[in-house]
This record gives sequence, C-alpha cells and structure tokens, in this order.
Amino acid sequence: MAFTPTKETYSGKVYPVTVGTGETAVTFGGENVLPFHSFEGSIPNRPVIAMEIQDVPPSDWPENVRKPFEAVSDDPVKWAKFCQDELKAKAIALRLVGTHPDRENRSPEDASKTVKDVLAAITIPLIILGSNHAEKDSQVLVAVAEAAKDKNCLIGKAQEANYKTIAAAAMANNHKLIAMSELDINLSKQLNILISQMGFEKERLVTDPMCSALGYGIEYTYSVMERIRLAALTQNDTTMQPPMLGDVGMYVWKVKETQAPEADLPQWGSTEERGIAWEAVTATSLIIAGAELLIMRHPAAVAAVQKTLEELV
Amino acid sequence: MLIIGEKLSIIAKKVREAMMKKDKGPIQEIATRQWKEGSGIIDANIGPAEDGGEDLMQWMVTTIQEVVPLPVCLDTTNASAIEAGLKVHNNQWGRPLINSTSNDPERFPILELGAKYNSQVIGLTVGKGGLPADAEERAAIAADIMGRAMEYGVPLEDLYLDPLVLQIATSQDHALKVIEAIRMFQEMNDPPMKTVVGLSNISNGCPKHLRPILNKYYFLMLMNAGLTSAIADAREMAEALEEKKLFDDVLAGKEIEDAAKMQEMKKTIDVIKGNTLYAHSYLEM
Repeated sequence: MAFTPTKETYSGKVYPVTVGTGETAVTFGGENVLPFHSFEGSIPNRPVIAMEIQDVPPSDWPENVRKPFEAVSDDPVKWAKFCQDELKAKAIALRLVGTHPDRENRSPEDASKTVKDVLAAITIPLIILGSNHAEKDSQVLVAVAEAAKDKNCLIGKAQEANYKTIAAAAMANNHKLIAMSELDINLSKQLNILISQMGFEKERLVTDPMCSALGYGIEYTYSVMERIRLAALTQNDTTMQPPMLGDVGMYVWKVKETQAPEADLPQWGSTEERGIAWEAVTATSLIIAGAELLIMRHPAAVAAVQKTLEELV
Repeated sequence: MLIIGEKLSIIAKKVREAMMKKDKGPIQEIATRQWKEGSGIIDANIGPAEDGGEDLMQWMVTTIQEVVPLPVCLDTTNASAIEAGLKVHNNQWGRPLINSTSNDPERFPILELGAKYNSQVIGLTVGKGGLPADAEERAAIAADIMGRAMEYGVPLEDLYLDPLVLQIATSQDHALKVIEAIRMFQEMNDPPMKTVVGLSNISNGCPKHLRPILNKYYFLMLMNAGLTSAIADAREMAEALEEKKLFDDVLAGKEIEDAAKMQEMKKTIDVIKGNTLYAHSYLEM
C-alpha cells in the first residue's frame, strides 16, 4: 500500500498585502497553510526581507553592522540607493529614529523631506517607521503619510495610544499600515478590530506582535505569532489574518551576543560572524513561527535568510 | 447552588474605607443586600491583613452577623485572623467557611483550624510553584489536599475544591480547563466532592459592560459541569438562573427568539470554549 502523508486542511487564509507600485512592488502573505507547509495548500508568496536604514547616521548601531554602510549611512538617500542597487534589497525600511524627542528631535517637516528624497531616489517599495514614541509618531507619521501619498508605502507603527491618527493618515493617503501591540495576542486582536472599526480595511493591515531577539524572549514572540497564525488558519479569525512583521534588526543588534568582543570572550568566537548568525537565526525562527515580512540590518544576514527562503519556499 | 456573596472585599474602595474606620453602616448595608439577593454565606475578604487582622476579622464577623442570619466565609491569608474570626462566629446561622487552604505548606495550618472549630474549608488547587497548567494538574493537587484534610481531621464533605478561575482576557485557555476540573473534582469521591469558584475573576480586566455577561454565562457553564457553589454577585447569578433555559438551548445549538441575546450567548460560549480568540470587542465582531 502506498504511503499517504497526513494532511491538515485549514478554513482560513492570510491576506496577501502588496507594498510599492509598478514592477518592483512586493506581495507577501496569501498562504492558506502554516509556514513551509506547501504540501498542504498554497504559498503564493515568499516572505519578504526589507533592509533597514535610518534618517540619521547609525551612531547607535554596533560597529560590525555599521561597517557595511560606512560610505553611505551619512545620507539616507545614498544609503537607500546602496541597498537597492548594490545589495539588491527587495524593499527598504526607513526608520525615522531621528524624530524621537530624546534623539535629534527632528520635526515632522524634516521627516517628510527625508521621505520624499528617499522615494525619489528608489524604485523598490518603502516601509516608513516612526521612532516608537507614541505621541511624536502621531505627528510624524501623519506628515510623512501625506508626503508619500499614493506610493503605497507601509506605514507604522500604529499602537493603542495613537492608532486613530496614524490609521486615518494611512487611509487618506492610500498606504498600508502596521499595527503593533506588546506581546499580547488578545490586545493584538483588539487593536486590529479597533483599526478596522474606523473603516480601515483589514486587508491593508500588517500585524506586529512585537519582536524579541534570540535569547531575549524570542519564545514569547514565537508563541504569540504561532497562535495568531493558528487563529487565522484554523479558526478562520479574519481579524488575525493580516500578515505578520518581524522587526528583527533593531532587537538583535542591541544584545550582548552581537557586540561582545572576541578578546573578552574568546570561547564565543568572531564577533562579526556571531552577530550575523544571531540576526539570521532570529529572523529564520520568526519565519517558522509565521512572519511574512522581516526588517533586517546586516547584508550577510539578509543574504543568508534569503538563501534559506529560496531553497525552502 | 450556594452563592457566597462576594461584595465585602477589601479591594472595593467603599468597603476598605468602612473597614479602616470600623464604620458598621456600609458593611451591614452590603451584607443585608447580599442576603436579600440570595447569598447563603457572606464572604469577608480582609486581604493579607498583616497588622491587626485578628481585630478586623472579629469586627467583620460580628458586624455582619448582627444584621444577617447567615454564616461568614473568612477570607484572608492571615491564619491567626481566621482563628480570631472563628472564635466569635455565631454557628447558630450555619457553620463558617474558611478561604482557603492549598498545596502551599504555609497554608496547611488552615486545616487545623477547620478541624478545631468544626468549620468548612475551601481547598484552592494551587501549589507553591505557581499556577496549575491544566485540569489534570488541578485534580492532582486536589487529591493532595483531600489526603491532607483527612489527616488533619477535616471530613471530605466539609471541603470545597476551588480550581482557581483565571482571567479570560489573559489566560483564555484556562476557562475550559477550569470547567473540566470541576467535572474531575466530583469524580474524586463518593458522594461527589463539593466545588467552589471565585467567579468574577473570569472577567477581571475586561471592559465593564462585558463583566456581567461573562460572569453569568461562565457560571451557567460551570453549573452544567456540576459546580456546587460560587463566590459571586448574588443578584447577577439570580439573573443568570433566569436565563438558564435560553442559554442551555443556545448551548445545544438551538435557535432562540431573541436574536441579539442569542448572538451574545453564542459569541460568549465561543470565547469561553476557545473557539474564537478573546478580544475586548469580541461581541462586536
């Protein structure tokens, strides 16, 4: 008798979300099975990796991840072009960290100019992130949403404290929206409900259940992502069907393992290799948990994860 | 069904202030109201009560029993406050109930008090190491508590097993595990063990308008599983009992005339059973 593998059937499906315009637009999500379960259904799109850049020089990044961008990171336009042209990035994630009141406190107008300049220089899709200061983001993201009108960007992150203004701006200017809650599946669902109750289509949302780095609580992120995906697929919970984001780079490149010098910890081996591996492993774990969009920093880590994806999906 | 009136708790501001000032008025008013609404025992939750717990518990017991012909549930972690309360408890209105012993060695002496004062005792199925993972773990702890109760001389018919209700907003999967534990507890003895829950914890952290809905329907599902008593709001539970027939119909998959009520019940059943993920706006979906 021939062997027949057991197959699960799922009642739900993840919404496909497209970011960007024209030929270089990217689509992620759209599958009706758990990650990599292509034998049970359809996975029309590979997870997408966006490369992270900043509006201000990355003085807070550790040396090993600063180095590959040394020649370009003084200017977000050069940095974006480098990622697109040299590193063949599929998308750019511009983090407006310089708008944070405790950093350079750049104004919404300055941020809008940066966004316009970057958009003019690249053809690949743009993700625009605030500084994660709820109050300031609700000014900055509203301004940049308008500056990027009709470019079909992904804007974020909308949180419980500021989702109304940010969602309204994303809606008015035809963008997609990231909804972030802090590692709580019930609050993540609630935020998606609240945003869709404003009239924002849930098919235009991306859920960020909040990332964490390998060794620093990744099991919480993993478990929340897994449960969100199971609710989407097995319970056909439409509020949990937007694709998920893993904002990997910013969490990975601040932990000790990506920075501690080999001279201090010879048993840990090369700092550079270790950091790249840490980012690649964190990202790959979250893809297995269900993430469809990743924001990453180191070109070698991006290449490693991209290779894995190409071999497996 | 025995309702243990939950309203005299130190967590409520009005009650706390009355306790601090030893102002009998509000305490007696709330106790009387709960009695009239159908409570069979009045819970007196004085918190950890590390300082002056003995006096406070005695004052609570006598204040309540001055106006209400009911026994009191002595609810504190302070064992000597419980003993002080038991000394003045008027057993003419029924035997007192102690809340609670557990699998934590610090709570074992509570059973001595139960035996010494011929009081009933709640056995909360938690250990020292944190929350029970599932119904089986709750049942295993229940077995330990039952064995210990017999050792200390508390008859099993005087023991109420409490599976520990957790908040649905953060621990949704436990809602069904607690219902399952109520079923399992009964099978652990013949006649079946008595059971109790701190009901309103199910809706703790939920928006205010959801709380009675979750409390009532969860109560009815627990009742179907054989629950014998609940620390709860007697008025809310009376409402629940009025809706029981309709609720059982919806639970059985039947249509009821009131479409809005049916949706409310169906969605709440789905959330309790874990068929849909809880969110504060689940009724609006």
